[in-house]
Amino acid sequence: MKLKDTAALNALRSKSLALLENRRVSNPITTMEAQGKPRHIMVCGGTGCHASDSPEIVKLLKEELDRRGLSDQVEVLQTGCFGFCEKGPILEIHPDNTLYVEVSTTDVADIVEEHFIQGKQLERLLYIEPNTEKRFASDLPFYHNQLRIALRNCSYIAPENILEYIAADGYQAIAKVLFKMTPDSVIAEIKKSGLRGRGGGGFPTGVKWELTRQGEAKQRYIICNADEGDPGAFMDRSILEGDPHSVLEAMLIAGSVIGSTHGFIYIRAEYPLAIHRLEIAISQAREYGLLGKEILGSDFCFDVEIKYGAGAFVCGEETALIHSIEGARGEPSVKPPFPAQKGLWGKPTCVNNVETLANISPIILRGSDWFASIGTEKSKGTKVFALAGKVNNVGLVEVPMGTTLRQIIFDIGGGIKHHRNFKAAQTGGPSGGCIPTKYLDTPIDYESLISIGSMMGSGGLIVMDDSDCMVNIAKFFLEFTVDESCGRCTACRVGTKRLHETLTKITEGKGTLDDLESLEKLSKIIKDTSLCGLGQSAPNPILSTLEYFRDEYLAHIVDRSCPAGVCKSLLKYKITDKCKGCTLCTKHCPANCITGSAKELHVIDEERCLKCGACMEKCHFGAIIRH
Amino acid sequence: MCNNPLLKDPYQLLDNYIDNLPYKKENLIVILHHAQQLFGYLPDKVQWHIAQKLDIPSAKVYGVVSFYSFFTMKPRGQHVANVCMGTACFVRGSEKLQQEIENQLGIKTGQTTSDNSFSLDSVRCIGACGLAPVMTVDGKVHGRLESTEDINQVLAKYRTEARD
Repeated sequence: MKLKDTAALNALRSKSLALLENRRVSNPITTMEAQGKPRHIMVCGGTGCHASDSPEIVKLLKEELDRRGLSDQVEVLQTGCFGFCEKGPILEIHPDNTLYVEVSTTDVADIVEEHFIQGKQLERLLYIEPNTEKRFASDLPFYHNQLRIALRNCSYIAPENILEYIAADGYQAIAKVLFKMTPDSVIAEIKKSGLRGRGGGGFPTGVKWELTRQGEAKQRYIICNADEGDPGAFMDRSILEGDPHSVLEAMLIAGSVIGSTHGFIYIRAEYPLAIHRLEIAISQAREYGLLGKEILGSDFCFDVEIKYGAGAFVCGEETALIHSIEGARGEPSVKPPFPAQKGLWGKPTCVNNVETLANISPIILRGSDWFASIGTEKSKGTKVFALAGKVNNVGLVEVPMGTTLRQIIFDIGGGIKHHRNFKAAQTGGPSGGCIPTKYLDTPIDYESLISIGSMMGSGGLIVMDDSDCMVNIAKFFLEFTVDESCGRCTACRVGTKRLHETLTKITEGKGTLDDLESLEKLSKIIKDTSLCGLGQSAPNPILSTLEYFRDEYLAHIVDRSCPAGVCKSLLKYKITDKCKGCTLCTKHCPANCITGSAKELHVIDEERCLKCGACMEKCHFGAIIRH
Repeated sequence: MCNNPLLKDPYQLLDNYIDNLPYKKENLIVILHHAQQLFGYLPDKVQWHIAQKLDIPSAKVYGVVSFYSFFTMKPRGQHVANVCMGTACFVRGSEKLQQEIENQLGIKTGQTTSDNSFSLDSVRCIGACGLAPVMTVDGKVHGRLESTEDINQVLAKYRTEARD
C-alpha cells in the first residue's frame, strides 16, 4: 500500500496507534484483568541477548501461552536493545510495568504461570541492586541519569514492523521537511541545534549538509557510515537493530535537503542481524512508498542500497569508505577535496554516522531549541556510550553531553566489578587515550576529552581496574593499529610496528629508559605525517598512558616488575610457609617444576616456571603468591 | 557448501549471480563475499575467474582480497572459531581464552587443525561486550567463557557434530 500523501500517512498513524497504546501507560498487574486488553511481552532481540538464546525464549513463550490458552491475550514481540546488556536476556511486559532480567529458556513456564495466570510478579527474575539488595520491577537505577534520544525507540517498538515506527511518530519528520520546510530552513535548523558528527570527528552536521549542497552537480550521494570498527563500541549496531527506520528517515531528510536521490548504507559484514533488520525495513519502506519515486506525493525520489564492509577498520574514515563502496581497496585519500566536493564516483557526497542520523528526526519534530538546551556549550544533545570492561553494568548508555565519567561509571554503571579499584577509563577506541582517576569528575564533551589527551571517538568506554597493566593495554591498541594500518603512509605502516616492538620489549622486561624517549619522539612523527585519522591518532594510547601512568612504565623498566601482575615475563611465583604440603600444585603444574614431599613446604623452580598461574589458582590455602 | 556434488557448478552459480547485478565492476566486494560463500575461500583460480568475468586486471582482484581481513585465500576447516579480541573482551581475559583454545586444538590462531575439523581466527569486536569474553563458532556466539571447562564444553559440542 503506497502512501500517496501526508493525509494517508497520518491516517495510517492513527490506525496504528493502538499497537503502542498499552506501552504508553503503566498499570499494576491486578488492574489489567478488568481492562481485558492484549498485553505485550517485549523480548530483547539485540545481538547480546540474541546470543543468549532470546529467539528461543520468544518461541517457547509463544508455545507456552498457546498451550495455556492465552495467546489471544498476550502477544510476544522481539524488540531492540534495552541497553542493560549485563543482565540479558531481558524482557519487559506492558502495561504491567515489569522488567525481568537474566531470563533463560527454563524460566518460560514460570513466567506464564506466575505472571499471567496467578497475576503476580515473578520475584526471582527481578533486578536486584547489589549494594542495597533491593528488588526493582521498573525504574531501574541503571536508567536514572539517562536521556534516550538516539535510542528512543530501541526496546520500545518492534523494529520489524514499520507500523509501530509510524505510530511512534515515524516518517512525520520527512513529511514536515517535504511540505512545510525548505532545504535552507532544514539546514538552518540542524545548524542551530548544534548537532555534531557522532562517529568521532564531531564536525557540525548542518555545515556538512550545506557544503554538500553547494556547487553544480547532476547527482549527489548520501552515505550512512555503519562501519563501526572501534572494538568495544556497539551503539550503531544497536540502533540499526532496534530502530532501523529512524536511520532511513534521516537519510531521506538528508537526501531531500542536499538534492540526492540515492543513498548507501555501508555496514560491517560482521553484523548479520543488523543487516537482516535493515533489509526488512528497506523493503517495508518501499512497500509503503516511503522509499522510491514521488515520496508522499511530492516530487522527491530517493532509494537506499546496502553495501557490505569486509573487515577493515580504516574504512570508517570517509574517503576510505568511499573507495570501498567503489569496489576498491579501502585506502584513504588526501583531503581536500573533501567528499562534500568530490566524493563517491567524483560526485558531492555527504557521509553521516548512524547515531548522528538517529538524532535528526527528533530535532526536526521538536525543534533545534529543545535539542540545543541539552548538553554543554559546544557539544549539544546526548551521546551514546558503550560501557564495557570491568564495570558492573555493561551496556549501552545514553547521557546528555557534559555528564561526568563518575556518573556514568559509578551511578549508571554500578561501579567496578568485584569491588576492585578504578584505574582508568579508555575512550575513543584505538585512537583515544586512557583517563585516570583525577579526571573522573570532568564533564565530558568533544573538547574536554581532547584536552585530557583522549577523544570522544564513536563512544566506546572501557573501564579498567587495578588488575590491568597500562603498558599492556597500550601494546594491545598498537597491535590493533599495526594490523589495521592500510599501509599507505610509511610513518603509520612502519612507525606503529616500531612502537609495538618497543612496547613488547618493555613488557618483556628488556626495556631501557631511552625507549620512553624514543616512544614519545616517534609518536609525534607519526601524528604529524600520517594522512588520515587512523595514523594521526594511533599513538594516542601510548602518549596518554605515558603521561598518566609513567610510573608503570618505570616499574617495568627500572624494577623489572609489572605492578598489575599481568606481564608474564616479569612475574615470579613463590610458595610461602602457609603451604601444608598437600601436593595439589605439583599435580597441576604443566612444567613439573614444583618439588616437595607430602606435608612439607614445596618449592617452585623459577628457571623452569612457565608463569601460567595454575598452581596459584588451585591452591586451597592461599600459600602461593605472585610478585 | 563447496563440496556438495548435488549442487550446480559453483562457477556457474557465480556467473549467474554476477549477470544479475545492475552494475559489475563497482560491486567487486559484494561479488567476492558471494564467491567466498560458494567456494568457502578465494583461491587464485576463483580470483582469476572473477577478473576475467568483470574484465579487470586480476591484480586488482588480488589487491582487494588481500586488503580486507574478511576474505581468506586458504581453505577453512569444517567449523570456524573466532575469538573476539575487542577491547572489552581483552580486559576480561580474551588473551587467556585464545591461548586455551590454541592449546586444546593444538594449533595457532590463523591455522586449521590437521583433521580439517576446526579453523581458529580472531575477530575485532562482535558487539556482544556484555558477554565478554566471547567467541563465535560458525557465527554462533558463545559468551562468558572464563574457565577451561566452559571452553571444553563448547568445543566438545562441535567435535561430536563433526564426527556425526
